[in-house]
Amino acid sequence: MEEDRAITVMSQFKGSQIITKNEEDTATLRKMALLAQQIPRWLNSIKLSSSITATQLRKCFPRAGKTLLPGFFAQPQLSSDDCFLRSGFKTYRTSSVWNSSQSTNSSGQEINCAQNTLLPSVNEPSQKSQKIPSFDSELSLEGLDDLPPLSPLQPISEEEAIQIIADPPLPPSSFTLRDYVDHSETLKKLVLLGVDLSKIEKHPDAANLLLRLDFEKDIKQILLFLKDLGIEDNQLGTFLTKNYAIFSEDLENLKTRVAYLLSKNFSKVDIAQMVRNAPFLLSFSVERLDNRLGFFQKELELSVKKVYRLELGFKRNEIQHMITKIPKMLTANKRKVTETFDYVHNVMCVPHHIIVKFPQVFNSRLFKVKERHLFLAYLGRAQYDPAKPNYISLDKLVSVPDEIFCEEMAKASVQDFEKFLKTL
Amino acid sequence: MGLAGLARLHGLFAAYKPPGLKWKHLRDTVELQLLKGLNAGKRPASEHRVRFLLGPMEGSEEKELTLTATSVPTLIDHPLVCGPAFTSLKIGIGHRLDAQASGVLVLGVGRGRSLLTDMYNAHLTKDYTVHGLLGKATDDFCEDGRLVEKTTYDHVTREKLERILALIQGSHQKALVMYSNVDLQTQEAYEMAVSGVMRPTNKSPMLITGIRCLQFAPPEFLLEVRCVHETQKQLRRLVHEIGLELKSTAVCTQVRRTRDGFFTLDDALLRTQWDLPSIQDAIQSAAPRVAAELEKNLRPGLGTQQPSSPGWPWDSEGPSSALGLESHAGH
Repeated sequence: MEEDRAITVMSQFKGSQIITKNEEDTATLRKMALLAQQIPRWLNSIKLSSSITATQLRKCFPRAGKTLLPGFFAQPQLSSDDCFLRSGFKTYRTSSVWNSSQSTNSSGQEINCAQNTLLPSVNEPSQKSQKIPSFDSELSLEGLDDLPPLSPLQPISEEEAIQIIADPPLPPSSFTLRDYVDHSETLKKLVLLGVDLSKIEKHPDAANLLLRLDFEKDIKQILLFLKDLGIEDNQLGTFLTKNYAIFSEDLENLKTRVAYLLSKNFSKVDIAQMVRNAPFLLSFSVERLDNRLGFFQKELELSVKKVYRLELGFKRNEIQHMITKIPKMLTANKRKVTETFDYVHNVMCVPHHIIVKFPQVFNSRLFKVKERHLFLAYLGRAQYDPAKPNYISLDKLVSVPDEIFCEEMAKASVQDFEKFLKTL
Repeated sequence: MGLAGLARLHGLFAAYKPPGLKWKHLRDTVELQLLKGLNAGKRPASEHRVRFLLGPMEGSEEKELTLTATSVPTLIDHPLVCGPAFTSLKIGIGHRLDAQASGVLVLGVGRGRSLLTDMYNAHLTKDYTVHGLLGKATDDFCEDGRLVEKTTYDHVTREKLERILALIQGSHQKALVMYSNVDLQTQEAYEMAVSGVMRPTNKSPMLITGIRCLQFAPPEFLLEVRCVHETQKQLRRLVHEIGLELKSTAVCTQVRRTRDGFFTLDDALLRTQWDLPSIQDAIQSAAPRVAAELEKNLRPGLGTQQPSSPGWPWDSEGPSSALGLESHAGH
């Protein structure tokens, strides 16, 4: 299966004129295909394992008045898998060799024409043709060891010289996707969608996964599925940056999970929002989703409610009210919440029912509350009881920016506030 | 911004550390804010790469091939592929402040970090305001520590306090002479001692070059301390020992650094000002002063002068802005 793919790919490059060299090509192809694992079509190359040496290749590939590409003689650098592992770097194992199509062509005008059609497809991979030459079935395994090796000093014609492609080879392994982004359609399209590759390449397996994917086949389906769910185009980028693993999911599984959520009476809009905020949601199996929903309903509320009721002294409906207003309180750090509450209740002397009305104080940074309260106390305007005059509401205390706070609530200038801060 | 912004980001500046914040967190916060500002700047224009494309020569009838060089935009420098342009900055800290203390904290960015060493070697003095509370003693000399003892303090008067402060200053003066490696018999040494510019030349324990009481309203009192080679814990212990000398006990409620070398409270940046433009401006404005003072201090010989810190205002007139507010707060 993989061999056939390899042969298909290689033969695409050869065009249809290399009938004479079929045997050699096929033998080489089969040999290489045996060792190839996967051939991304966008990278006109073959993944080699370590056992192909330069001499073997030189023997295999016939020369016909053309120099072999430098890529071939660079084989020894792929000699061992260990050399890919550079300490401290996460490497990607896409070893690549530039296609040797040109070198395997025999001289002759007709070949050049073939290469005219070939080379545009090589150089602009976006327009690659998908046609499979018809002579595919004529390839057969035969020995092709009879040709003498090619000498680089042999004179060649101008046209042949022009057609040597000597682009620098892609690095066989790298710690960043930058080296491959120009040569990969998939990566290019992902960048244009807005996916942040620099974050994904920090995970070692993620980048390998992305390089092996094909845009048309795998990614497109999943993108269309996500769009159906309701995620906008501009939000796809952030979603995929977080959950790139969704590409390895089966489309059927994703559909089942969405169906499950729909069955639990979440509306489509809800699901879209959930998926947007928690990109890994769709990667959970249905059992896990089930567990988590159950967990959220029972466990979390119980434990948090206990904290609020016993330790902080809020009544049950007060807790419910606060949590519905600011769900983040459920996940907030217990120590921080206790610190904030301790300051607001004991130092600022704000009774429980007023705190319930303004649970935003638990969301804001404690130092902000402290600084502003101390300034108001210094000015004598720290009045948090709605019944008395000069009342300052807690939510405004924390949410307004400094200038408005100073002008309206403290009735002082920002410079005075800054001077006061420097005395703390 | 970007690289241009980074070029202006070498030098020393002072930040105001609020109480309750660890100095390390302050340093990390400043670094994050600076990186945010630098990365928000414009990136250099994206590069192109040159590709040689094979195609028929223009204007020719036959299918003659030629290589044409075309410049194709490349995605190598795209921000989504590279990531942010700046990922870390080197920021150093001068004299540390512990979590409960507050005040002026000198930070050095980039090439300014070497100036931090120079500042350290100049052995400049620092000014602190220390609030004390009579009547209790705790194990870590702070107000919220574990209570060890409670005493009365009615017998304590301002006079007694000042007498004790004078004793302290006298004993530290002797130690200062010893550590500054000058022969007190010479005229220059006498002049230095009189004008108050004597400094230790090497490592020494905490040396108090000046201490006085600003306010005394029992049980609270406010001291201003000028010292060198100190830690805030030693200052708190000093308050505890003053309490013991007064035949009572005392704890320290607040330690605040008002001056570190030549950086005063006015130069210190508040939390809201920890961003790229303010820090760049602060570095620029401090640069000439820093250069002048460090040069003066590192010049060998007795010609070294005390840096232009405010003269020791023994009378009540001419207090710094902080003290003005302090006295106001006392009312």
